[in-house]
Formats: sequence, structure tokens, C-alpha cells
Amino acid sequence: MTLLKHRLFWPAAALVTLLAVNMIANPSFARISLRDGQLYGALIDILRQSAPLMLVALGMTIVIATRGIDLSVGAIMAVSGAVALTIIDGAGDANSWGTVMLAIGIAVLVALVLGAWNGLLVSVLGIQPIIATLVLMLAGRGAALLITDGFITTVNSSPLSYIASGYLLILPFAFFVWLAAVVVVGLVERRTALGMLTEAVGINPEASRLAGVRSRGIIWTAYILSGVLAGIAGVIYAANIKAADANAAGYLIELYAILAVVLGGTSLMGGKFSIAGTVIGVLTVQALESTILFLGVPPAQSPVFFAVVVVIVVLVQSPRVHRWGRLLGSRFGSSGGDGKMPPVATPEKQKEVVR
Amino acid sequence: MTAVESRPDTTPGVVAKISTFTSRHASVLPTFAAVAILICLLVGAELYFGNFLTPRNMSALLLDNAYLMILAVGMTFVIVTAGIDLSVGSVMAFTGIFGASLLASGVPAWIVVPAMLVAGALIGLLIGVLVQHFDVQPFIASLAGLFLARGLAFVVSLASIRVEDTSLLWLQSTRIRLGDWYVTPTGIIAILTVVVGAVVMHKTRFGRTVYAVGGSEQSARLMGLKVARAKVMVYVISGLCGGLAGLVLTAYSGAGYPRNGIGTELDVIAAVVIGGTLLTGGRGYVLGSMIGVFVYGTIKTIISFMGAEQSWTHIIVGALLLLFIVVQRAIVARSERGS
Repeated sequence: MTLLKHRLFWPAAALVTLLAVNMIANPSFARISLRDGQLYGALIDILRQSAPLMLVALGMTIVIATRGIDLSVGAIMAVSGAVALTIIDGAGDANSWGTVMLAIGIAVLVALVLGAWNGLLVSVLGIQPIIATLVLMLAGRGAALLITDGFITTVNSSPLSYIASGYLLILPFAFFVWLAAVVVVGLVERRTALGMLTEAVGINPEASRLAGVRSRGIIWTAYILSGVLAGIAGVIYAANIKAADANAAGYLIELYAILAVVLGGTSLMGGKFSIAGTVIGVLTVQALESTILFLGVPPAQSPVFFAVVVVIVVLVQSPRVHRWGRLLGSRFGSSGGDGKMPPVATPEKQKEVVR
Repeated sequence: MTAVESRPDTTPGVVAKISTFTSRHASVLPTFAAVAILICLLVGAELYFGNFLTPRNMSALLLDNAYLMILAVGMTFVIVTAGIDLSVGSVMAFTGIFGASLLASGVPAWIVVPAMLVAGALIGLLIGVLVQHFDVQPFIASLAGLFLARGLAFVVSLASIRVEDTSLLWLQSTRIRLGDWYVTPTGIIAILTVVVGAVVMHKTRFGRTVYAVGGSEQSARLMGLKVARAKVMVYVISGLCGGLAGLVLTAYSGAGYPRNGIGTELDVIAAVVIGGTLLTGGRGYVLGSMIGVFVYGTIKTIISFMGAEQSWTHIIVGALLLLFIVVQRAIVARSERGS
């Protein structure tokens, strides 16, 4: 019962169920092969492909914890990808590590400035986060198009493609990028007081101000972090397709990131946040995306599935459904409406172990 | 005592008059600002280009933005209740491709058109029920609507479908001329939507309830107003407007296309905010949103006149949005201090 009460139980159960369904439907889904000392397989692909969404969702988690939201992440991704590839394209040697690192550095710096701009609007001018970041969401993509002159800048650069599809030891490099980001943000938020202060600002801004929490700086930092992570995500995305596509880069990613954060159990009302939950949420979204592709559904139609997922998730979190669940539970004399769920989840876990 | 009271009256300066007016009509100010900006844009463009304020150009301004205007009317209702509807662009795309595919399979137009409107309204109803009865944030509920409508649009067809039906194309091809001015039935639909929206908003019990909900939902409920019904209805109206916009856009472009209206929700929100509707709810005008759409359309036309990149449109609209938000913020702060 304590396992059931853990707040990561339901997100994790959803992910495990999704993976299990995939493995039953198509056993090759679980196959991981070792070639030239590198691991390949559908599961490894999920780890690699989730990098941009993971970085964006990580920043989004912290922003949402301060009772905010950052709609501009997709536009920031487009800008940083455009900046990085335009610099590499303009430089003499696209294959030199120095050029690529410099280009990425400048791109992330630009993203940091954009994040700081969002933070300024929200924390200093006191504008609603949805609207403040909407400004950049509108203008950012336009700016990215101007940087690339309205074209899709394509670049062939071996250091850049290593970032997206290269391997470090036996796992993809992109996986280590997001893992490092998760570990760093997790340590800073949870091993210092920052995480608690962030939650305090999100739960009750007024009370935390009276208690002497400098909410302005905390909120500002959250948006800067979100901007920087979106900037890195933009570089990885551009490296993956070897092009800066100002229209497609990070398209709808803000919505998928918000979905992943909510799936992970962080409330949009701000306050308590869970980084581990976000990781699970992102992997769930990515696994769902892979599942849809696996089923042979055209990618363009995948939003229907996500709509169903969003509706189910919000209904499960809704107080009214909880009330119905309790009513149902008391009628049948068990401890709660969720009581009949564990037997469904357990067999699937066992199946996974068998495989 | 009397001397103190009568002092403002004895010196009725222009400045004093203006400040009295602004403090009494603070909520109309952003809309006036939008009108001023629109006039500046139009006059400035006429002085710069010399051939901007032609009847032909102005007529085109209405026709090219007819679908945006219809969406803005629905969005105004939603935003006045302090909600937001992200689904409008996708609903427009879905109803458009849905209607086009029905027409292509031989269903007569008099069935297709109501079907498109109902389809839009149903998605709106879903969002409204989620928001009102399951306490889902409007942002997330309409996000589900966005995903659903966009996905369904691709389920109907992955490619664009041409419309051959003459009665639907009539909406765009007919030109009612008045000298050099002209208007098509799509333009008339847009204007009618604005008029109906404005009348409903200001002259009906429902409209007043919408304002009351946006001002303070708790107070509205304690007053015994039908808050739940109003909150669901605004999303149904927005969905209905999405369906109507789908109809108008299909007639305008002569085809249904599942990729229509990507990002349109942002343009609509920007136009509504520029038109003076407060995103915190309670204040806003349908006519203001119409002005906002005209500002947006004029910027777009000016940029195409200059031959510059269309991506400038979004940068300028973004900057304008920022300006208006800051102005609104200042107005709200002032009126809160005043009361």
C-alpha cells in the first residue's frame, strides 16, 4: 500500500504499461543488440530521441513549480538552432571542434538572454507568464527565420552530428547530455534549499515574500534555466536533422513538455514538483510517440492519441472524479476507488520480468 | 467646505477633463489605443506608399482576415471569462477539411455547412465541460482540443481536398460592388458575426453573465447567475466560431487543408489582446477585437507592400502585444489603486 501511495507510482505504472503493451504487440520492440560495442534497439532510440523534450521539460518543471509557464521554449529552440548552424555554416571549417563548440556556446548564450527576457517580464514587470512568454513565442520564430534568411540552413559537420547520433561508450551521447542536465538540476534543487524555496514561491507567493524569500530572483532564474535548456535542446534538434528549420524546430514542443510535466505528477498550479516524475513523463510521451509510429499510424495523426492521453490524465487528477472514485469505493466497501487497479498493473510487470 | 468641493469644477482644464474621462472609462482605453494605432498605421502607410488607402486594398483587408475576425469574436467571449482557447486554429482546419471531404463525397452543401458548425461546437463543448465540470485549467483543456482537432484533421485526409461545390465557392466568388469597394459573402459573414457577438455580449443576460464571471466568478455565483452554463457556453461559442471560420477559409482558399491555421490561435489571441481585452478577464469588447484583427491585417499588408520578409509580421505583432500588455498592466494597477 505504501508503494501505491508513492506519488511516482501512477506515472511509472503508465510508462511500464505502455512499454509492456508494445512488447506484447511486437516482441522486437524489446530487442537490444550490441554492434561494434554500441547498443541499438527501439528502447535505446527512445533514450536518444527524448533528449530535446527532456531538456525542455526539465526547465518547464522548474518554471511550473514557480506557478509559471514558458510557452516560448519552441521558439527559443528555433533561434538557438538557427544561430548555431548559421555560425558553423559561415565558418571556414565545419568539422573543427573549436568552431562547433564556439557556435554552440553563442547559441546557448542567446538562449540565456531570451530566457532572461522572459524572466524580466514575469518577475519584474509582473506580467502573467502565459502572456509574457507568448510574446517571444510569436516573435522568436520570426527572428529565427530572419537569422536563416527564410531558408533551411543545412550543415554537414561531424562534431555536430556526433552530438545528436554519436555514441559515448555503449550508449548514445545525447542520452548522457540529458542525464547530466537532470542530475545537475536535481542536485542543485534537492541538495540545496533552492528546491524548497522554489516550491514556497509556487505554493504561496505572498506568504513566501513575507517570510523573506527573494521570489524575484528565484522566478527569474527559473526562466533563465528554461531558456538555456531550450537552447541546448535546439542545438541537439538541429544536429539531429543536420539543418536549422525555423518553422519545424520545436514545433508544439512546449505543449508536449507541459504534458510530460503534468504526466509526471507536477501540478500546473505550481508548488511541489518532481524531477524524477518529469523524466518518467518525458519517457512516456516519447514511448507513446514510438508506439504510434510502430502501429503504422501516420505521424501527423498522432495528436489524436495525445488528446486522449491529456483527457485521461486530467480526468484522473480531477477532484470530481476522485469524489466519484471514493463514492464507488465506499459502496463496494473497499478502501478507495483505485482499489481495483493494482491487479491490472501487476501481471504486466510480471510479464516484463519474464521477458 | 464648499470651496474645496467646487474647486475642480471652477478650473475645468482640458487635462482635468481627460483625466476624469480616463479614470471613468479605464477599460475602454486600450481599445481607443488600438483605434489610434490603426489610424496611425493606415495614415502612415498612405503617406509612405501613396496608394495604400484605396477602396480595393481596404476591401481586401476585410476579406483576407475574415476567418481571423470570426475566430477573434469567439476568443473574446472565452478571454472575458478569464479563460483561453488554444484549439481555434486546429478546429478551423478540422472543420474545413471535414466539410471539404463531405462535399467531395457528394453530400449536399445544406447538410455539410451545419455539420461543420456542429463539429466545431462539439469540440468546444468538450473543452467547456472539462473546464467547468472537471476543474481542468482552460489552457490544458483547450490543449487537448488542439491535439484532438489537429489529429482528426489528418485522420480525415493527409492531403488537401479541392472544393468543387458551387454553392460554397459562391461565398467567395460573388462580389457585391459599391463603386470601387466590394465585399463578398464571406466578408458579410465576418461582419455579421462581429455584430451578433457584440449584441450578445452587451444586450443579453448571457453577455452580462460572461462579464460577471470574468470579473469575479465567486461573486457571480453568489449573485445566483448561471455561471456553469455561461462558462461551458463560451467554449461552445468559440468552437462554433471555429467551425464558421473553417467554412469561410475553405470558401476563401477553395480547398480544405489539414495544415491550415497552425499558429493561428496565437494570432487570434494577439489580435484580441491588442483590441483591448484583458487576459485576466472581466473587460473586453468584441468590436475591440475587430480593431485588433484590422491592426494585425494592416501590419501584414504593409509588410507585403514593402516587400519585406513576412516573418517580420510576427516580430512586430509580438512587439505590439508586449506594448499592450505593459499598458494594460499599468491601467489595471492604476484602477486597483483607485478603488
